[in-house]
Formats: sequence, C-alpha cells, structure tokens
Amino acid sequence: MKTTAFDFEKITEKYGNDKTRLMDMLIDIQQELGYVPQEALPVLARKTDTSQAWVEQTLSFYHFFRRQPSGKYTVFLNKSVVSWMMGRERVARTFEEEAGCRFGEVSPDGLIGLFDTSCIGMSDQEPAALINGKVFTRLTPFRVREIVRNMRSGKPVTELSTSGYGGGRNALEVIRSEVRNNIQRKGPLLQDNYQYGEVLRQKLKTLSPEDVIREIQLSELRGRGGAGFPTGLKWEFCRKAKGERKFIFCNADEGEPGTFKDRVLLTEYPELVFEGMTLAAYAVGAREGILYIRYEYKYLEEHLHTVLRKLREENLLGKDIAGMQGFDFDIRIQYGAGAYVCGEESALLESAEGKRGEPRFKPPFPVEKGYLGFPTIINNVETLCDAVKIIHFGSEWYRSLGTEASKGTKVLSISGDCRYPGIYELEWGYTVNDILDMSGAEEVQAVQVGGPSGTLIGPEEFDRILCYNDLATGGSFIIFNQRRDLLRNVVLNFMEFFIEESCGSCVPCRNMPWLLKQKLEKILNGHGVWKDLEDLESWPGIMRINRCGLGQTAANPVISSLRNFRALYEERIQKGRSFDEGFELEKAVEESCKAVGRVPLI
Amino acid sequence: MNKKVIATTSLAGCFGCHMSFLDIDERILDLIELVEFDKSPIDDIKKFTKECDIGLIEGGVCNSENVEVLKEFRKHCKILVSFGECAIMGGLPAYRNTIPIRECIEEAYLKGPSVEEANEEGILPNDEELPMLLDKVYPCHEIVKIDYFLPGCPPRADLIWQTLYALVTGEETEIPYEVIKYD
Repeated sequence: MKTTAFDFEKITEKYGNDKTRLMDMLIDIQQELGYVPQEALPVLARKTDTSQAWVEQTLSFYHFFRRQPSGKYTVFLNKSVVSWMMGRERVARTFEEEAGCRFGEVSPDGLIGLFDTSCIGMSDQEPAALINGKVFTRLTPFRVREIVRNMRSGKPVTELSTSGYGGGRNALEVIRSEVRNNIQRKGPLLQDNYQYGEVLRQKLKTLSPEDVIREIQLSELRGRGGAGFPTGLKWEFCRKAKGERKFIFCNADEGEPGTFKDRVLLTEYPELVFEGMTLAAYAVGAREGILYIRYEYKYLEEHLHTVLRKLREENLLGKDIAGMQGFDFDIRIQYGAGAYVCGEESALLESAEGKRGEPRFKPPFPVEKGYLGFPTIINNVETLCDAVKIIHFGSEWYRSLGTEASKGTKVLSISGDCRYPGIYELEWGYTVNDILDMSGAEEVQAVQVGGPSGTLIGPEEFDRILCYNDLATGGSFIIFNQRRDLLRNVVLNFMEFFIEESCGSCVPCRNMPWLLKQKLEKILNGHGVWKDLEDLESWPGIMRINRCGLGQTAANPVISSLRNFRALYEERIQKGRSFDEGFELEKAVEESCKAVGRVPLI
Repeated sequence: MNKKVIATTSLAGCFGCHMSFLDIDERILDLIELVEFDKSPIDDIKKFTKECDIGLIEGGVCNSENVEVLKEFRKHCKILVSFGECAIMGGLPAYRNTIPIRECIEEAYLKGPSVEEANEEGILPNDEELPMLLDKVYPCHEIVKIDYFLPGCPPRADLIWQTLYALVTGEETEIPYEVIKYD
C-alpha cells in the first residue's frame, strides 16, 4: 500500500492538531492522494483528540471527499438544469464511451473517474466540469475526446485543454483558466471608478465605527445573498454583542443553481471583497476574518492568496491597518467540500468548525454566538463590495439608486435560453421583460427567479419587478424557451437537486422532496390522477417546520410550477380514473421469475 | 338493522395484527352483535361469499397471490383499511427492498447456512403453482386504493375496536393521542 507511507501527522500538525480545522486536513489529504483512505481516520482522530466517528461524520457529509481512489483524473460533470439544456447528455455519453466506464465509476485502468456534481457556478458557459479541481467549460463531444486523449497520454490537468484562457484576470498566471467572466452590464458596483484601499486609507480617518454602521444603515443596504437582512442592523448587533473575539465571514459558497456572480466578483474584484471584510471588522471590532468559499472555486486559490499577500504588503491587512493604531485584522480562506446547504450561514459556521454542515437552531443568531461561539458577521460577497462603495460615495448616493423600498443595485447571474448569458448589474426595479430584452431572450416560456428555491414565473408575470417586495432574488435568473419541457427538464431536475443536497436533519426536508419527485414522475409517466395534484398541493405545507431556509423552500419548484403552470400538470392527468398507482404485475415479477427460471403466469 | 359484514386477511404479515384484534377481549361479544364475518382467518371462510362493508388488511404485498387477494378485497369491500405497519409501509418484510430479488432468492435457497447442504442440487422453487415473488414488498396503497390506515406494530386493540365501532355505527370517534403514539 503506497498510502501507508503517507504522513498524515504532518497534515494534522500543519493545522495545530485542531479539530475545528478538520475540513482543511481532509481537503489536504484529498488533494494529495485523490481520496481520503481509511487509514487516515484513526490518525486524524488521535491527533485531534476526537473519535473516528467524529472524523467520519464530517468526511461522509461532503461529496467531493472520496473514500476510494477515484481515478488519476477525477471528472465531476455538472448536472444542473442549464448543463442539461446546453447539451450535457451528449457530453456525458462521450465521456463514458471514451473513458470506458459509466458515471459513478472509475475506468478499469484506474485512470479516469466519472462523477456527477450539482451546479458548479458556470451556468453561463455550460456544460462544465471540474477535473482535479480545474474548471472546463463549454464542453462538446469533440472537446471531451480531446481531453480524454490527453489524459491517456499522461498530460497534467493544466494541459488537458487547448482552448484559450477566459478574459480578464482568468488569464493571470495564478489562475490560467478558460472560465469567462461574461460581464454584460456594469452598474455602480462593478464600475471601475474606485481604487481599492481608499476607504480604509482616507474615509476611516474621519469615520468612527459607529459612523460606519450609521452610514450603512442610512443606505438601507440589505443582504445580497438572498435573505435580504438589513446589513447595518446586523453590524450593529455584532458591535453590541460581547465577546473576547469577533469574526467577519464572507459567504462565498454560492451554490444556488444558476448563480455565479460571486465567482466573477472574486475573480475581478477580490480587493473590494477583502476591503469590505476589513471595513466590517473596523465597524464591529473584529480582528479575524474568514472567506468561506466553495470547493468548486478552488481554482481561484492561488489568485486569492496572491491578493491577500499584496494587501498585507500594502498595509491594508495585518497590523495597524492603513496606519491606524490598534486596527489589526487578517483573513484566512476556508474551503468547503461540496454541499449546497453550507451557504446557509449557520451550516457554514458548522462546516468552518470542521463539522457536518448542518444548520443550527436559532436563536442564538451568529451575531451573538457564531464561529467558535463568538459574535460573528456573515455577509455575502456582493454585500461586502456594496458596503465599501457606500462608505466611499455616501449613503445618499446609494439611496438614489433602485426603488422606494429596495435601494441600490443587484448583480444578476443570467443563464439559460438567451443570447447573452452572464453577469448583469442592475438597479432594483427593472421588470422581467426588461431583463429578457437585455439578455436577448426570445420565445420565453418561463423564468426561474432566485434559483430552485425561488419562483418559476410565466409570461403573464413578466411585468413584475425585481425588488425585495415583489421578486426578491439572490441573483439567479434562468430563462426557458418554448421548447423546454418545464416539468420533466426543470422541476424534476430541481427536486433531484434538493434530494441530493438536504443535510438530512429535519424529516420533512429529508423525505418530502423525494415523495414529491415520485409523484411528479408518476404524473409524467401517465399514471397521474386528480388526487395526485391535491397531494402535491397539500403535502408541502409541512416544509415550514424545517430548521433552515433550504428545507423550508425545498418544495418550491413543485409549489410554484403548480401555481403558475397548472395546465402542464392537468394535461397529463388521466380523465375518468380516480386511482392509479402505476403498479404493473408483469414488471414486478419479471426479475424473480428469471432468477428461478420460470415463465411468468399472469 | 342489518349487520355489517367484515372481511379480514393477512398478506405479507405475521398475524400479529390479527392477534391484536383478538385483544379486544370481551368486546368481541359486543362486536359480534354488530357485525358478521365473511372471508377471514377468524372464521376460516376462504372465499368471499357476499359483498362486504369493511375489509381489514394486514401485511404488505410481496407476491402475486398477495396482489390477487388484495384486488379481490378491493372488489368486494366498500371500505378498505390497512392495519399495521406492514400493510401501511411494508414493514419488516420490506427490509429486503434494498437487496436485488435475485440475491434474496440465492440467499434463501442456495447460500444461506441452513440450506447449503440441504439443497445440493441447487433447486430453486419454480413450480407454476407457486406465487411469483415481486421485485420488492409494496405497501397496500400502492396496489389498490386504501381508505383508512391504522398505525402500529401491531395497532393497539383499543384502536382497532374504536375504528371498527365507528365505521360500523357511523358515529364519530375520538382516538386519544396515546393510542396512536408509537415512539
């Protein structure tokens, strides 16, 4: 066994044998070996003074952690809705043919492992895959054949593809990625009218922490991750909370299918993100910051570290920041390992503490008892960028943008059936129709606003406006044209996503999406009766009692499609039948009769 | 008033639910004033002799005979009640649902420790008189429409009694929480 020689203790020691750094240890092992071997577990348990079960519960939670060797090249092909729409099927088939194994397996020679994964934040350039952590976008059967050929000739993962680098910083030495930014429309946030560091160096000279919080409150900035909590209020709570240490978290775990704006912000504007964290630290009196970023964006690691180093050199991080005596703050990067639920802030904290990403009960809220039990701010990437610009240009300026009730702008991730998918920064208040025009979408059947946990709306609602009191969104905006089968291609895919991504803590979230999916399949297969529609309507009510936002919204694809596209369901319901479970005796006995060698007698 | 007619059966069950039924004790005397039994293990009538008002089903559906019996019940009973865990969710027999049927058969007739030597010729039961096994154990409501469900393993006698009494007399009943609480 070559792994017995591997020095697991060196890895635990790198993180001070600290059990709250278990994620980092597992990620390092995974990175080194391509999987986490069983013999690592006792070592990790002993060195971190936990049990093997403790290590295992974390290890088994995240789908990028492999327990078995998963190929010299491990391919994770995205199975999100947009990936299917853009031709995933042919790409997957070609991978299987070329690699000689099916998805979920490793090729017989151990060279290539093929696996599915949920949305990897590339919806504007699908189908996309992660191969050994590197992103490959806009895959075609032709490119897959090329990639597999290069694998067979033993090329390193950086040389598998011959397509050029994506624009902007994607071409930097430290990224070298074919990912494209596709920034289609810049608003006040994305406009390059600001030199990073100015707020820390200039504005904070005359602003006390209380002034900063007041300014943010006056701007009426609300969380841009989707929940829309007033940012200034959050900061004020955290400032007032008592704690020996305080933490600033930036939530870069954007896992809502169809969202990819944080990826672009972190590629092009990381200085602004880190400055936002530093500003929040100044406001609440924190000295430690953590960027929690999804594993899918690990290809940005070197880039982000380079920026952090630069900021330290320029005295925008570290000790006595920008010459302010006693203002110390630094940031480390924490990776996830593949779990949508970790975007929920308390699950994110659990994960950052080295545990399963299961949401906590609230209260207490993170601002009182967050990371390691200390008061903690968790803000979305975009929110932190907004905060910097607000302090720079003033709350008055920010309040002049947007609508009466929703101030400022929102960065949207637009994908699906349109000519110009990508990033659009818009003031709140545009209608869905405006956005469809902008993105070059035609013959639109439906739009999914806010990702699977959001709403599916049809043309009669395209005059609704994007804002907190009409169509609120964390940024995901997926367009479906007339050719799409909404139930089979969209709703079913979303339900599979929620089944996969439930953390399993709350019973309704663990079971209901699965039951709803079964009902849906029954209807799609022509066995539906009216009672099934009644069930689909009445059952999801129980989802309210789930602990977190993911669980509470996990039935939304069914609820909103049933509300807005009821005809699609009704046309598939059998008329004149009140009961049909779709049971077919012939099929049910087929296998057992074969096994014992008899002819079925029906 | 005509007596209501009841039929009962045990499909893929252990007869525990029927045993629990008998635990209504002396109330069985009251019951027999109200109802008569048709097809049921209680009176050993094998085939339906008339149309019934209420059918009680114990056990899930594991083979083709279960399917046939259950469909007969649906045909002859106005109201069908799944009583007990197995009828409602498949219960213990459904543990095999995660294992392919071929493996189940091999374990039972070829590889299991108790049959290894007894079945040297490796015979598998394939006489056409035998019921055919289904790919998995189904709850009753996935085969026919079921009107009521009585939970429990087994359901308590009080629950069975109150339910039957209510169905027979048409009077509303209040079932105390303790009677349907199982954890």
